[in-house]
Amino acid sequence: MNLSQARERRVLTGGVDLCVAELGDAGRPTVVLVHGYPDSKEVWSDVAVRLAKHWHVVLYDVRGHGRSTAPKPLRGGFTLEKLTDDFLAVIDTVSPDRPVHVVGHDWGSVQAWEFVTVGRTEGRIASFTSMSGPSLDHFGHWIKRRMARPTPRRVGQLLGQGAKSWYVYMLHTPVLPELAWRGPLGKRWPRILERMEKVPAGDYPTASLPDDAAHGAWLYRDNVRARLSRPRADAYAHAPVQLITPTGDSFLSERLYDGLEDWVPTLLRRSLPAKHWVPRTRPDQLAAWIDEFVTAIESAGREGAPAQLTGAQGPYAQRFGGQLVLVTGAASGIGRATAFAFAEAGARIVAVDRDAEGAARTAEMARLIGAPAAWGEAVDVSDEAAMEKLAARVAAEYGIVDVLVNNAGIGLSGSFLETTSEEWKKVLDVNLWGVIHGCRIFGKQMADRGQGGHIVNMASAAAFQPSRVLPAYSTSKAAVLMLSECLRAELAEKSIGVSAICPGIVNTNITATTRFAGTDAAEEERLRKRTSRLYGRRNYPPARVADAILRAVVRNQAVVPVTPEARGARLLSRLSPGALRSVARLKPPL
Amino acid sequence: MTGLTAGVQHEITPELRGFREVQSLAAACAEAVAGQLRSGVTEREAARMQRTWLRERGVRDWFHLPFAWFGDRTAFAGVRVPLRFFPTDRKLEPGMPFILDLAPVYKGFTAHVGYAGCLGLNPLHDRLLADLEAHRELILREVRERRSLREIYEDVERLMTAQGYANRHRAHLFGVLAHKVNRVAEPRWSPQVFGFGAQAIKGLMSDAVHGHRDGWSPLWSPYRFSDHPPQPGLWAVGPHLGFRGTGAKFEEILVVTDSGDPKQSAFWLDDDLPHVRRWAEEKVAA
Repeated sequence: MNLSQARERRVLTGGVDLCVAELGDAGRPTVVLVHGYPDSKEVWSDVAVRLAKHWHVVLYDVRGHGRSTAPKPLRGGFTLEKLTDDFLAVIDTVSPDRPVHVVGHDWGSVQAWEFVTVGRTEGRIASFTSMSGPSLDHFGHWIKRRMARPTPRRVGQLLGQGAKSWYVYMLHTPVLPELAWRGPLGKRWPRILERMEKVPAGDYPTASLPDDAAHGAWLYRDNVRARLSRPRADAYAHAPVQLITPTGDSFLSERLYDGLEDWVPTLLRRSLPAKHWVPRTRPDQLAAWIDEFVTAIESAGREGAPAQLTGAQGPYAQRFGGQLVLVTGAASGIGRATAFAFAEAGARIVAVDRDAEGAARTAEMARLIGAPAAWGEAVDVSDEAAMEKLAARVAAEYGIVDVLVNNAGIGLSGSFLETTSEEWKKVLDVNLWGVIHGCRIFGKQMADRGQGGHIVNMASAAAFQPSRVLPAYSTSKAAVLMLSECLRAELAEKSIGVSAICPGIVNTNITATTRFAGTDAAEEERLRKRTSRLYGRRNYPPARVADAILRAVVRNQAVVPVTPEARGARLLSRLSPGALRSVARLKPPL
Repeated sequence: MTGLTAGVQHEITPELRGFREVQSLAAACAEAVAGQLRSGVTEREAARMQRTWLRERGVRDWFHLPFAWFGDRTAFAGVRVPLRFFPTDRKLEPGMPFILDLAPVYKGFTAHVGYAGCLGLNPLHDRLLADLEAHRELILREVRERRSLREIYEDVERLMTAQGYANRHRAHLFGVLAHKVNRVAEPRWSPQVFGFGAQAIKGLMSDAVHGHRDGWSPLWSPYRFSDHPPQPGLWAVGPHLGFRGTGAKFEEILVVTDSGDPKQSAFWLDDDLPHVRRWAEEKVAA
């Protein structure tokens, strides 16, 4: 399904003729998608078809854009008041007796802020999802507050946003923008979007782009100066708002939404590692969030209760809420703690481990602490066929993985000469091949979807700290580290981040299952106990590694040493590798 | 379980009866106070309610003054120094877990009771409480097998890890899972030192001195000095689970004897305690 299959109708209002498209079952609650500048409703096509599975989706070309007609004269024809008239005319046609859910991007969001904060739409809007477009009134107050009390930080915020708004000043110059858009800029725009924003080609932008952009300049000229200098004091939202902030937006700073809670009684914040044109680059994530938000509002409305927006709280809930996270080695230790940390942020969890019971337990506990859904899967990461099957099943049943954590690993200690080739094979199979399979199979799904994602590979401080007692383990982990850095370079163009985590000595049960090469069973048991106790005494909790992992994903960090000893070793490996080589010769006291 | 201790009922000496009486009293106090906790009550107030309740019933001395922990303090989240045992002004909120920990001395006997509850519904806390049952069984079984205390400690910790929890009794004083309980002298004046009753601590210290000579310790810890089979006597055992911001524990007295019969060699002093009743009720409900 795409927009060409949409039902179209014309709505006449205030001298313009609006082109309205509808998808999905008209008996369902209505979701109205409002496009920005310089776009037409086609910017929404990928999101719209996804939403149409559950909702009655309505899109329209804003006056002067796409196949809607332009007001005459243009000057004064694009005021927010007139745009509100248009919106009311559209929703009165498509959903006369039921409030609608509005979703706005860029100027669509700027308009929708007006819709949701003025009196005459009260009761007609059930919810509003805003992305990349602030309320001009809130923005005006934001600037005023910073001008009134200019602390260095506030001045920095003003200057930062001021620089990002360069195009707003440009659009205020007469004639020139129109000439540029109808001339070279209009021709090159699709290419620019592709290169700068990684917007995939498709039915967008449409051929009407030069005209849309030329007309749309009046959106700025008719509203920006007037509203920013005299912002309304009563711009309070009368419907719940979901704010989606792309963290890499080149035109709007995240700081713009500081203090938004003052204006919006029911606010849900989300953040997305993406650039400005999220409706084109992240349709899956947007559709999922809109779907979840609208569902919550609708079900609250049915029960007559105030909307409970989300269960997950905390610093990472904005970023990971509703995402799909797959963790290998999730039945214990760092893997389990990581699954819990993502669960607490409201992510959906696939807990993978050889130990079926442990994986199921992780999934069960994950649900108890905030994961909207969690599943345990028993798979050995070193088994390629099983991993292929798992990936197919996950994609079919739960969707494409947003964050993949390749954590499963086994320990092997003992000198090189005493390590047998079977032992080498085993440790490389799990520690290295497990990661390769994960990255290759799930990474490919992520790359094919083309909507970003993140891969976390568990390396180790042993990756840069040579040691005479961990040759095989260190080799496998050093390989994982290098693999991660190479993959990071390759996947950057797909907006997929790759992080290698190097924890150091963490209190997990890896020591209780570590194989000690060249020892008999009794001696091995003694060494396991001894190392377990040493690690226990160090007592660095896996939950702190999990925190480091979430932080690494949010910040897209390349290599993350976690414990102080890992950080120290990493520093030494760069400053004075010779010192590390001397340490490597020491026999640990076991 | 009940059958086991029923089998040893006739073995219970007047001395054990004294300990059982104070343990029931402490448990009743915990239940009574837990029933009175409302949203907005602070830890200090909860601790004071326990103190008042027990004083009214004749308690004059303490092994330690009653504690109350609310919210993430039940899991001792981020605790390094043990000073945070003492009740604070943290207020109870709906859905918040709490732990009451009290150790009164009554007629020369002492008990140490831990009571975990929750204000309103909290499925996670229910899970933690239910999972504590396995620890009660594990501890009794392994004590009867005369495994070394250090090993049992490690097995308890292993079970907690398998269940997905962190061992939070590691954050207790000396990281102990249990400590010896003795009769307490009743002098006219027994001061408290940092919240701990001087008489009871004196008993523990004297145990430590004797034990040190004979190679055992009155503190059940993960360290080498606990690497010996369970010492006959009474142990207040308190496994404490933590899961992110939620914690739960129970604490009660385990009797260890030098009997050759495994069933007589160790048993829980009393099965009529809130947490045990709760598990039984859950089984009936299921």
